[in-house]
Amino acid sequence: MSDQNSTAPGSSTPVVETSHAAALDAPIVLEKVIVRSPKFPIVFGVFALLGLLAAFVFPRTGTTRIGLSDSKDAIQLDPIPIDSQPFVAVVAVLLALLAIAAALFVARSATARIPLGLTVAFAVLFVIAFLVWAVHDGLLPFTGLLVGALGVSTPLIFGALGGVLSERVGVVNVAIEGQLLFGAFAAALIGVYTGNAAAALIGAAVAGMLVSFVLAAFSIKYLVDQVIVGVVLNVLVTGLTTFLAGVIDVDTIPRTARFGVVPIPLLSEIPVLGPLLFRHSLIVYFMYIAVFAVWFGLNKTRWGLRLRAVGEHPKAADTVGINVGRTRFWNVSLAGAIAGIGGAYLALDAIGLFSKEMTNGAGFIALAAVIFGRWDPVRAVLAALLFGFATSLQNSLSAAGVTDVPKEFLLMLPYLITVLAVAGLVGQVRGPAAAGKPYIKS
Amino acid sequence: MKLELQGITKRFGALVANDHIDLVVEPGEIHCLLGENGAGKSTLMNVLYGLYQADEGSILLDDEVQHFSGPGDAMAAGIGMVHQHFMLIPVFTVAENVMLGHEQTKAGGLLDLAAARAKVREISGRFGFDVDPDALVGDLPVGVQQRVEIIKALSRDAQVLVFDEPTAVLTPQETDELMAIMRQLKQSGTAIVFITHKLREVREVADRITVVRLGKVVGEASPTASNPELAAMMVGRSVSLTVEKTPAKPGDAALVVRDLSVIDAQNQYVVSHVDFEVRAGEILAIAGVQGNGQTELTEALLGLQARTEGSITLDGVEIAGATPRRILDAGVGFVPEDRGEDGLVGEFTIAENLMLDRSNGAPFVRGGAVQRGALDAFAEEKVREFDIRAQGITTPVGRLSGGNQQKVVLARELSRELRLFVAAQPTRGVDVGSIEFIHKRIVATRDAGVPIIVVSTELDEVVALADRIAVMYRGGIVGIVPADTPRDVLGLMMAGENPTGAAA
Repeated sequence: MSDQNSTAPGSSTPVVETSHAAALDAPIVLEKVIVRSPKFPIVFGVFALLGLLAAFVFPRTGTTRIGLSDSKDAIQLDPIPIDSQPFVAVVAVLLALLAIAAALFVARSATARIPLGLTVAFAVLFVIAFLVWAVHDGLLPFTGLLVGALGVSTPLIFGALGGVLSERVGVVNVAIEGQLLFGAFAAALIGVYTGNAAAALIGAAVAGMLVSFVLAAFSIKYLVDQVIVGVVLNVLVTGLTTFLAGVIDVDTIPRTARFGVVPIPLLSEIPVLGPLLFRHSLIVYFMYIAVFAVWFGLNKTRWGLRLRAVGEHPKAADTVGINVGRTRFWNVSLAGAIAGIGGAYLALDAIGLFSKEMTNGAGFIALAAVIFGRWDPVRAVLAALLFGFATSLQNSLSAAGVTDVPKEFLLMLPYLITVLAVAGLVGQVRGPAAAGKPYIKS
Repeated sequence: MKLELQGITKRFGALVANDHIDLVVEPGEIHCLLGENGAGKSTLMNVLYGLYQADEGSILLDDEVQHFSGPGDAMAAGIGMVHQHFMLIPVFTVAENVMLGHEQTKAGGLLDLAAARAKVREISGRFGFDVDPDALVGDLPVGVQQRVEIIKALSRDAQVLVFDEPTAVLTPQETDELMAIMRQLKQSGTAIVFITHKLREVREVADRITVVRLGKVVGEASPTASNPELAAMMVGRSVSLTVEKTPAKPGDAALVVRDLSVIDAQNQYVVSHVDFEVRAGEILAIAGVQGNGQTELTEALLGLQARTEGSITLDGVEIAGATPRRILDAGVGFVPEDRGEDGLVGEFTIAENLMLDRSNGAPFVRGGAVQRGALDAFAEEKVREFDIRAQGITTPVGRLSGGNQQKVVLARELSRELRLFVAAQPTRGVDVGSIEFIHKRIVATRDAGVPIIVVSTELDEVVALADRIAVMYRGGIVGIVPADTPRDVLGLMMAGENPTGAAA
């Protein structure tokens, strides 16, 4: 210890200050410890090892043709032929190099954080190598894989948007599954009895909203634990729809009540992108608008500012004259309506009928996407797309006749990715500060 | 605008928090509402602000009766409030916080952030604040956050401004600056209600003083009244404001802390390379504005922080990294800063709370069974010794007043054989009578030869109790100085400067 005007070694406290006001007005910046976590290099290493094993221990020869067009396309692109074994070998070595780079990065760099780009590049390379290795001699419908991913993702995205809205306003929404399922059932029911697609879609939104009403009433008015209400609602909706579907015929939805593909002229003829983005039903186009609207609304409008304020610090919102209970109630309801439309997509577009428990856990994957996306609508959508891609991968590989990768493993894949993503990669994230906490006005 | 409260009564069940309170605040006047914690000041202001509905009585602005069903109505009528716990959203920027609730929008509901920034700059300029409209509020020091609260109120053209215990989180210099701002507001014709229990501040700025006790107005006082006069009115009897203690007779260094750091979940050094020692029979007071690492430091001493670096030795034994159980067994007594959260179990009885940290064996537990007889005898004795006012030892602690709750914590911690006593904010939310008692007990413990650390954000308490004072700022110790160091020097140290050149 010195008797000078000194501070503790390494402290961020400035040694000499000319005016205390200057020190007080500046934002507080504390010294940070750099954590060199071996988590990422280890994960990279494991996957690189898998790649090397696939390339050199279990090599598979042949020519993989990557298909970019399907028969409906005006512009036909020839499949890209790839000599499987050398390709996998080269990529595996590349993956190993990337893993080593990641290890060095963590050990040496000042921030010890691996750039997101590196992670994404690694994942994309691994997936491509895996596909080529799995197909090894045949056609891989690449565009079809992506189109399928968007299809599977659509209900997840609607569900995730509902989750983001609900949680950002401060109500934990475990009931996404129930909202999707009830939306699907209502859409099927109204579709069967009216034969009108628009009515069915509106019915789905209302159904999702009804589930939300219960969630909102119990959690906001009666202060019941939000997670418990959500879980109970899921069980309730599952039971109710299973029962009703057994009593009422909801699996012959007339064609008029279903949303068919409406290709957008010109745009839908762009190779790869056209079929991927612009050859869908109106519900999918509506989803594009919904994603933008939720992002824009949350971040740029008065509605979003108030919604976020209520989810972060309800009392502060109350003291500036915002009605916390009402804001929560209507936004949770809106969230339910959005999720309900996701259910309509399942019944009226993707599958075309209602079957019991047809959501099959999509609501929970959507919830995972909300967390993986850190409660941000755009990131949640990207997370939903990732989970959708994993499911589509499994479908495509089955369709491409890949039989030597166990089917059970492929079926597990979407959920495995969910667990890895949420538990492993997200780490400690901060959600809306008041999510899950009822606002009690004393 | 003239504010008048007539016969305001507010009941919570059987408790009468406000009992027919009358208050008049003229424009261009600073009216002090002086009273102890729990006297009903904050309840009254929450009624005024529309957060509570009064059971009886009326609120008049410029002689017109008002009916507020929520804070929105109160604000629209021209009432602004600077809350004790800031009503700011940490993840929003200053401009977003200021605009929230009365946002200006462009076409399509789009927020007009430019207008909000201009508003912040305009009001900042008027009062000489230096607040960046785009800074995130959570990153700002508390003093600046408070200015954001003031800007927020003024941006709604508040004519009546309520400051609820505004100085609790400020350094003395910041307090002086706040007083200057209040005078400036007064000049411009704003009616100001200033709620506090600090006598020094009252006498400095008040034009009129209304004293509240147990929910009732007990009278008006003149700003020229002496401290003991004001204190007697506030408490209802004469109280001694100074702590009587003889000079310390410090022994050997008992607690030696070397290069101690605490790292939080965001990987930040919330306590940064701290060195100090406490000798047997002396009180080391740790001063500083709330949130500069004091909480984490005391928790680290008790083994409650997960990530620490450095060494803590107690009587030569290393206790850094030990479990809280081992540290308690080593003879460390601890009064946590939030007794409701960390010090007591509200639903448990007084007796049960008195044995909370001794549930691992004799005399209170034998063979896994609680020895009710031993516990009850012990509890009866402690209730008498510490003057805990309650119906009996089976009263749930949650029903006691703040002062009596704190006495339960103190009784538990001081009834063991101690080698070190750590008291964090020992008198926060405690009535003046209990404060006197708690201070006496702390000094008595010191005189028994126990090394003591007292953490307090109240400079009065620090100065009254300390034999030496360590000042913390942003995780580090700025310096350790003698107890007779002038307040303004301590104030500068609380802002990170070290004019004395004292060793850190």
